[in-house]
Amino acid sequence: MLWILLTLLFLGTLGYVLGRQRALASAGGDRRVLHSLPNYYGLNVTLLTLVPALLVLGLWLIIQPIAVERSVAAQIPAGYMESVENPTLLMTEVRRLAGGIDDAIDRGFLSPEEAANLASDTDIRAQLAGAGVALGSDVSEEVLVAAQSFRALNATGSTMMLIVVFLLAFAGLAYAYARTHKDLRARNRVEYAVLAILMGASTLAILTTVGIVLSMLWDTRNFFQLYPWQDFFFGLEWRPSFEGDSDLGLIPLLWGTLYISFIALLVAVPIGLFAAIYMAEYASRRVRSVAKPLIEVLAGIPTIVYGLFALITVGPLLRDYFAQPLGLGDSSSSVMTAGIVMGIMLIPFVSSLSDDIINSVPQSLRDGSYGLGATQSETVKQVILPAALPGIVGAVLLAASRAIGETMIVVLGAGAAARLDLNPFEAMTTVTVKIVGQLTGDTDFSSPEALVAFALGLTLFVITLGLNIFALYIVRKYREQYE
Amino acid sequence: MEGSNMNDMSQFDQGVAVDTIKMQSRGVNVFYGDTHAIKDVDVDIADKTVTAFIGPSGCGKSTFLRVLNRMNDTIDICRVTGKTTLEGEDIYDPKVDPVQLRAKVGMVFQKPNPFPKSIFDNVAYGPRIHGLSQNKSDLEDIVEKSLRRAALWDEVKDRLQAPGTGLSGGQQQRLCIARAVATSPEVLLMDEPCSALDPIATAQVEELIDELRTQYSVVIVTHSMQQAARVSQKTAFFHLGNLVEFDETDTIFTNPSDPRTESYITGRIG
Repeated sequence: MLWILLTLLFLGTLGYVLGRQRALASAGGDRRVLHSLPNYYGLNVTLLTLVPALLVLGLWLIIQPIAVERSVAAQIPAGYMESVENPTLLMTEVRRLAGGIDDAIDRGFLSPEEAANLASDTDIRAQLAGAGVALGSDVSEEVLVAAQSFRALNATGSTMMLIVVFLLAFAGLAYAYARTHKDLRARNRVEYAVLAILMGASTLAILTTVGIVLSMLWDTRNFFQLYPWQDFFFGLEWRPSFEGDSDLGLIPLLWGTLYISFIALLVAVPIGLFAAIYMAEYASRRVRSVAKPLIEVLAGIPTIVYGLFALITVGPLLRDYFAQPLGLGDSSSSVMTAGIVMGIMLIPFVSSLSDDIINSVPQSLRDGSYGLGATQSETVKQVILPAALPGIVGAVLLAASRAIGETMIVVLGAGAAARLDLNPFEAMTTVTVKIVGQLTGDTDFSSPEALVAFALGLTLFVITLGLNIFALYIVRKYREQYE
Repeated sequence: MEGSNMNDMSQFDQGVAVDTIKMQSRGVNVFYGDTHAIKDVDVDIADKTVTAFIGPSGCGKSTFLRVLNRMNDTIDICRVTGKTTLEGEDIYDPKVDPVQLRAKVGMVFQKPNPFPKSIFDNVAYGPRIHGLSQNKSDLEDIVEKSLRRAALWDEVKDRLQAPGTGLSGGQQQRLCIARAVATSPEVLLMDEPCSALDPIATAQVEELIDELRTQYSVVIVTHSMQQAARVSQKTAFFHLGNLVEFDETDTIFTNPSDPRTESYITGRIG
């Protein structure tokens, strides 16, 4: 594999040198006559050499295993297929045996001829074990045949791939070299290639999102085939049990998520916003240069560390000084603990974004207000905050998205008990914690207890998507009015 | 005809200016960090007169304008020395609240800067802050009077709740003037109020300035010598932080005593 890439790279470099020379030669050595800089002619040849060859190489590497597996599976006699316990494992066995034989040849334990003549009545398992390849079970005749055909198909496939890829590379090189001439618009062509790379990058990002949603959708669909959707969306109980007959109601988890996020925002928004106003409007340059990075340190602390802080400091503190004296409970894990600590985590998000937004309000508005005899705080309240409002709303909604998706702080701060309760000193839990809970340990991905994780994930995704759309709407609406 | 008219006015104002000096500066220096931006400037601003500050870019005319309502206080590195009085009272005295001062000495800026609020709220901003109205109808009166004074009422009376930022550039600048007038200032400072406007809007604002003179004393910084000649009765010429010459506008433009003034108005420096 590596040598293919190296050879292609060499061809590309060769193309660069040749293309550059040819362009210069066609201009009689005078680079001012060329349409583009000489480098662009070289790059143009390199691109035409490498890009088609690499694209085909990549596609081939994806398609070949699938095609080979299909055709080998079709060769296995249907009768044998039915006789094995688990037909899906059969192909794994075939692949493993084929790989084992190849390994044995690579290490010199088997000559290629010996490998071709392996017979199922000899103890292949022992032979391969001697070569350092461990097989799970004895090899049957059918599996051996399939494995040999698997190897053969793969070998021809690889050879053909080599031929096609190198043919393409040479063709590209020859074509581009022949086209290289002083009037060729090499610069525009290379820039077009750059454009294609940029477009590819953005498309990839979008496609990934689509892929994530589709994979979630698929498993969510499976879940709803096993569990009624009414019980999921409107169920007031969360009581999964792996013996079946679970209650998988979303409401208690959603309630926990929203309750904890609400408290977190209640902490983060005022503190963050006030800090931002102080930083942007009142603080001297010296204070600002020290305090702003210090606040932003908060954003760099891993959430698990916040979780520890919640577990060993904030939780017991709240329990001993608030919950127990007020008779509201005696659990150190509580909505309040997780909410407050998460709020602290969100302060830098709100303050840093709001600070930037407040700073971008034009100085002329401040001057106008001061010029009318307004004080600094009147200016902030009546001119700067209204002008910065759309951006601040965006910052808050971004913080809300973070809060809804947060897991570690909740696990350590609020516990894992799903509960519908108004008391903020009770332990509750969130959607994210339960997703982790349902997917850790031994899970059977065909049971509703595991698949519910995907339905929960999709629900979270939809909620944050809704928040983001709402944020965009707010920002647009106010922008129209204010600019 | 207009020229002779202005001539008459100037002579009339000269008589008034002698006994009613609104603002007076003596030995004013301004420093931005290490830069000495204004050097020992003495100026008398007469009541009910338009005083123009002219001079090449960077000569300190805007800086000096900002001395008159202490807008320089909002700049950290700026330091002002010397004495400036408003009706005999030192405005840099520690007892004076700069915020109160700015209500008396209003300011209009180079670029129209309406707040992101409705037209009504823009004009009502100052009166609300300073508690100038007894009730809602009182406030509406102030807003209407200010907009009329800024010659904008007829254009916006049907859309007072529309955003001020939606007006045209000239309308925005007149809105800013209305906003400044609404706090009933005694002096109105204008920092190149027409430099961002087209000729028609400029003519409207200039006409407005001439009218405002009946109520306030107006100080205008301008790059345009024609504008200074058209709207002002007194002109101060600044150069490199010095006040070179300060006299009747007619004298400055027809018979300047300093060779630098003559060079500037004939276009040799600037």
